[in-house]
Amino acid sequence: MLAMQILVDGFVVSALYGLGAIGFTIIFGVSGVLNLAHGGIMVTAAMIAWWAALSFGTYWGALAGVGAGVAAAYVTYYLVVRPIKFSPKIAEEEKEIFILTATLLWAIMIQEGIAYLFTSNPVTVRPLVPGVTAFLGVRTPTNELLIGVVCWLVIGLLYLFVNHTKLGKSVLAAAINPRGLALLGFDLPRIQAFVWGLYGLLAGIAGVLLATFIGASSNNVGDLTGSAFSIVVFGGLGSVPGSLIAAYIIGYFETATAYLVTPAIREMPALAILVLVLYLRPQGLLGRR
Amino acid sequence: MLAITRRIATAVVLGSGALALGLGGPAQAASNKGPINIGVIAPYSAIDGASIINGAEMAVDDINAHGGIMGRKIKLFKYDNHFSATEGVRAFQRAVNQDHVVAMIGIWISEIALAMEPWSGRLKTPFIVTGAASTQIPKHVHDNYNAYKYTFHDWLNSAFLADGVCDSSHDLLVKPLGYKTAYVMSEDAAWTKPLDNEYLKCLPKAGLKVVGHTRFSPDTTDFTPVFNKIEGAKPDVIITGIAHVGLKPTVQWHDQQVPILMAGISAQAGASTFWKRTNGATEGIVTTSAAVKGAALTRKTVPFTDAYTKRFGTTPAYNAYTTNDAFYFLKAAIERAKSTNADKVVAQLEKTNYVGNIGRVQFYGKNEKYTHGLKYGPKYITGVALQWQHGDQVAIWPKKVAKSKVILPSWIKNKKHASK
Repeated sequence: MLAMQILVDGFVVSALYGLGAIGFTIIFGVSGVLNLAHGGIMVTAAMIAWWAALSFGTYWGALAGVGAGVAAAYVTYYLVVRPIKFSPKIAEEEKEIFILTATLLWAIMIQEGIAYLFTSNPVTVRPLVPGVTAFLGVRTPTNELLIGVVCWLVIGLLYLFVNHTKLGKSVLAAAINPRGLALLGFDLPRIQAFVWGLYGLLAGIAGVLLATFIGASSNNVGDLTGSAFSIVVFGGLGSVPGSLIAAYIIGYFETATAYLVTPAIREMPALAILVLVLYLRPQGLLGRR
Repeated sequence: MLAITRRIATAVVLGSGALALGLGGPAQAASNKGPINIGVIAPYSAIDGASIINGAEMAVDDINAHGGIMGRKIKLFKYDNHFSATEGVRAFQRAVNQDHVVAMIGIWISEIALAMEPWSGRLKTPFIVTGAASTQIPKHVHDNYNAYKYTFHDWLNSAFLADGVCDSSHDLLVKPLGYKTAYVMSEDAAWTKPLDNEYLKCLPKAGLKVVGHTRFSPDTTDFTPVFNKIEGAKPDVIITGIAHVGLKPTVQWHDQQVPILMAGISAQAGASTFWKRTNGATEGIVTTSAAVKGAALTRKTVPFTDAYTKRFGTTPAYNAYTTNDAFYFLKAAIERAKSTNADKVVAQLEKTNYVGNIGRVQFYGKNEKYTHGLKYGPKYITGVALQWQHGDQVAIWPKKVAKSKVILPSWIKNKKHASK
């Protein structure tokens, strides 16, 4: 019974982690940006979903939240990342660290902004579907099952998109070798701009689902970036399958710790694994760089 | 304009002079002209922080509209400590040394109240704690009276809060619903230590055998494992001690349909904004609070609750009632002392006998266990138990103000009916 509970709960938590981390890793692959405002974008989506749901109902709220995620990603790209990327005043080799710092500061601004507008009290979005379902003998909120399904649906669609459409293939190619793609005549900046939108979509969906599951507050901005960052480093920077595997390993470790030891030290064993990985295999599970 | 500038200049000179001499005391407090400065402190962004500030503003507006204190208006200085003890202490120092407040009122979260408490003695400024519950607050005054006598504890301490929960659980759950067992679930914080200790003692006396006890970390996000463990122990009721954390356990309890009633203390559920914050997941939650809409504990309860709700769009949390009271009994103490001198005011505060928003305010004496703590009991203050029913907070205990009895949420079986 306890094992089943861990299995079900861990599956959903991991799927959510995975979805959050995939966007993060794609952005890194395609434009070489470690976006430390990642958590800020997820929380923005969650907050807008909650706020819009107050007047327009849960579903429109969720849609508005995802839209806000996309908007926030674009704002991050055009306002914070792009100006630095194309600035002639900053030396090429220093741009990475400039962008890293800029997104970190941007994350703090988002956090403070949300705290100012909505306070730092956590909010939760109403479950997309109410009620509970007995699943493998475990009384699970139906919404939680839906989260697992939606996450994998989105991941599946992403897989089809990347492997079976022209635009998707160029995104994949840009992730593998951006310079080569540019030499072949592809408009790299346009692909990069598109990827930021795709990223916003994924982070937005993850943010809204998270808010229906455990709630969100401006205080979570740092934690969410941290967990996505750990997963992506663990899985290998830039590798989507690596991120998914890492999300499941970390998700299950956390869940098992919470059930078998205590929820108070939930994150600790996973972080210990991460440190170990950095010692033994710094490129991560499936890392290329 | 010129006069004001000059006054500010004088204040700055006097203030910095006092600082330079290492006095740091309320240099301006003795001045008999101009407004009386009083400070209020809380973390603004929390439900239970905003309520402190709101309660203070209502008191100050009302007192000033009726002539102030001895003909002098109150000037309210507000401080946001952002949940930080360091900022709380700094604000207290700034309040006394720069803003020359004659007293500091408020503060939510016991850890921060305890950090600020010694400074009331060092700064020789009365400090009225209206939103924290640790028994350590009055205990410090008892153990070291001369240094700590400036602190007053104007909210029931955790041990009394636990007694209130036990008394109400006996009347509401044991007798009418046939409940026999309880599981204690509290956040790990200073105020819940004495609370849990007292729960473990008084619940069995009230007829509820304690079958388990969990203290969870306040940064817990997923409560499924906690509820899972509790369900395994098969208690009839979960007795809670949650304040800093409120939303997540409540929402997850609702979404997961944990088939056990949650009663006890859920401090944030005392304010009506909690309904919106939780999307109604708080339906069915039972909590002890200072007062509740429509329950006339004194003749002041209902008018205050209504005026507050009208002005701020939410019902008051417990500490809005207590903070509001504090300004009135402080006013009375200053008027009896005919001075804002800290020692004289403290002597008068000790004689407080004031019927406020939630009962009769009196403080325990120097030789009693909880020195300067609020007196507990039917003649003084007991708090009320309320339940969220159909989207509304309804008084269910004590009997004299009860409007309803416990209604179980749809997914919780009624024990008596089930066994028939």
